[in-house]
Amino acid sequence: MSKQLLSGNEAIAQGAWEAGVAVGVAYPGTPSTETLENFVTKEGVYAEWAPNEKVALEVGLGSAMGGVRSLVTMKHVGVNVAADPFMSAANTGVNAGLVLLAADDPSCYSSQNEQDSRHYAAFGRIPCLDPADSQEAYEMAQQAFDISEQFDTVVMLHETMRIAHTKTLVDVVGERTALEPRAYESRPEKFVMMPANAVRRTLAANDREDALIAWAEETPLNRVEMRDTKVGIICAGALYVHVREALPEASILKLGVTWPLPPAKLAAFAAVCDNVYVVEEACTYLETRVRALGIPVCDPPASRLPRSGEVMPAHIRAAFGVADPAHLAPAEGLPPRPPAFCVGCPHRLVYCELRRLKAIVTGDIGCYTLGAVAPYRSVDSVIDMGASLSMAHGMELAGVAERTGRPVVGVIGDSTFAHSGITSLLGTVYNGGKGTLCILDNRTTAMTGTQGNPVNGVTLAEQAARVNPLDVPAGKQLDLVKLCEAIGVDEVEQVDAQDLKAVRAALKSAVSHTDKLSVIIFKSPCRLIDRSRKPMPTIVDCRRCGTCVKIGCPALGKDETGHPVIDPTQCIGCGQCAQSCPFGCIKEA
Amino acid sequence: MPHDTSTNYGVAEGGAKVVLDGTKTILLVGVGGQGTILAGQLLAMVAADAGLDVKVSEIHGMSQRGGSVSTVVRVGEKVESMVCDPGCADIVVAFEAVEALRAQQFLRDGGTMFVNDEQIVPVSVNVGNFTMPADTEERLAAIGAVRIDAGEIARAAGSPKSTNVVLVGALSTALPFSVEEWQDAIRRRVPPKTIDANLEAFAKGRAAVA
Repeated sequence: MSKQLLSGNEAIAQGAWEAGVAVGVAYPGTPSTETLENFVTKEGVYAEWAPNEKVALEVGLGSAMGGVRSLVTMKHVGVNVAADPFMSAANTGVNAGLVLLAADDPSCYSSQNEQDSRHYAAFGRIPCLDPADSQEAYEMAQQAFDISEQFDTVVMLHETMRIAHTKTLVDVVGERTALEPRAYESRPEKFVMMPANAVRRTLAANDREDALIAWAEETPLNRVEMRDTKVGIICAGALYVHVREALPEASILKLGVTWPLPPAKLAAFAAVCDNVYVVEEACTYLETRVRALGIPVCDPPASRLPRSGEVMPAHIRAAFGVADPAHLAPAEGLPPRPPAFCVGCPHRLVYCELRRLKAIVTGDIGCYTLGAVAPYRSVDSVIDMGASLSMAHGMELAGVAERTGRPVVGVIGDSTFAHSGITSLLGTVYNGGKGTLCILDNRTTAMTGTQGNPVNGVTLAEQAARVNPLDVPAGKQLDLVKLCEAIGVDEVEQVDAQDLKAVRAALKSAVSHTDKLSVIIFKSPCRLIDRSRKPMPTIVDCRRCGTCVKIGCPALGKDETGHPVIDPTQCIGCGQCAQSCPFGCIKEA
Repeated sequence: MPHDTSTNYGVAEGGAKVVLDGTKTILLVGVGGQGTILAGQLLAMVAADAGLDVKVSEIHGMSQRGGSVSTVVRVGEKVESMVCDPGCADIVVAFEAVEALRAQQFLRDGGTMFVNDEQIVPVSVNVGNFTMPADTEERLAAIGAVRIDAGEIARAAGSPKSTNVVLVGALSTALPFSVEEWQDAIRRRVPPKTIDANLEAFAKGRAAVA
């Protein structure tokens, strides 16, 4: 036994390892990513990145069906991608345990929505566990596998960003349960979801639901803490610690299991409290279900809780009429500091040229989403993984380019292309679509922290061994040019994303050929995997036109006279500013 | 691969028990890449070794890439929430002056703010859409912030990258943990080759606010 300070994700990885999990599969996505990165470093396990969450869940279902405990992790929107196998797996059940970690992101710190994944648990009628700190995450990760096998069901382990990324103390046992693989027998009546079997498995899920409700009534994972009976709060996950912080005298029914709910336990709690409240964030997942059980839920006495975004202790204090501590007002007149493309980022020049072309850009999910903000403001849509390419085709069908006189360009990253862009491209080619699509191939899954993917060829195990994608032999990497040619794209061109003239020429040519489908692969490594530096350029006879600073380099500012100034600590000598100067005044060393 | 997931570390057994007057909230703010996360981890290690409960909340993902970042460390007998609401930070450590102002509403009445005397110009200013505040020094003085030229101190000590540990040294003067406990945490957490430089940076940060 040792005491360790672990994030929720690290705790889940440790718990899964101790539970004898043999296989881990995931597609990286904040706030879930570190779980598998941590799990893969442990002894006696196998873990891999899948190209997307649907594949990840299918691989995990296969290995669980095959008899070994399996962990599949994803962010909340990844569950949407995996929803198809999820809903069938919810009926087939398992052989060895299968746990799906769904990591939600209330307040959208790094996501395109703040959906509550527990709706899927209720939708598929599978048990859902909700830890409130890393100790619980560690314990629930183990219990989830026992529950999975006991009730023959996939189990959702649900966390929010606050649980995933908060380090708290964990009493770690540090011993792995030795498990032999479970015997495999063909059980088509259980795993072949043709109509007759699917109907029977739905009946089995009905029985399982009854059994799970009975279990939820008894499990210590649902805990009543009686204090002042005037206020009784029903809550789960991070909201439990926020309620403890804001309302230390309140009685609490802490739900460790958020599907199914325990009707009798909830009713008994309501019976001994004068007023019962549900405190949750981003949606009314719990409140709707508690009310549906006929339990009278009160509105907070002073004000409503926020209907979207994270709920903080301050919101709870306000809702219950507890005074806020004195504090200064937020400072005014401060320049915003949103994230920006790194110094030397290979996406920068592409967006500068898209801005110059006044292109309508259907964008996608990744660092290059930042092309939507100043100084580029060049992205018109970002919806989900892969949508850039399909939506560009849709805009073509709507005749947008003809009507606006502006080219429509789909922009996607390499890992996102492998995740969901290939089928989009296939659809466009199949249907004779035309236009310009760009794949920003920076050789890594950058936004989540430079993970491996099928394009760079780095496996999760190699990533853990710190293999740089730039050292992977070409034969192990997905050849995007060959792939696009094989799909049947009219024109495929690979361009160095750091060569401004080449970027400009390729885009200009592609958008002028409205009778063809062109794919430009802008290839240049992310600066997080290529740390090479060159000397800082010098500025000679500057005319103060301001063009260079408009490329949005964090290392390039202006002095009081409007003369550009390069920050020597940040500059890596990438040459983007030098190429951008229309008068050749910035000289590369 | 540059990505480092090896942030687990054990907690030393049998550390001397430190008693705090309630839960203390320390908010570390700065700009992505300044080392706020390491600073938060050092504090968490020291507190955990001293037998206290600890929670460290970090924001990952889109908040990196040169954007504003923050880490909340809460320490005490039993820590409940991991977040810091307005007016709830006993101590704010700002790694950059504009970020100090951005965090001012989180400081509790009578709390302490340490500020690295450095301004990093955001891209929003570089491209001409915004300007830096002209009265940053006056506003920091009005808050009663303790200013430390941490970058210069680190450079003078021959290790510019240990600016964050200089600030940890300053922070250490406001918490009831011994110098030895901090030094021990630094030895265990930083890369072996940089231990001496970081111990030096820590000592200079302490001296700067003594």
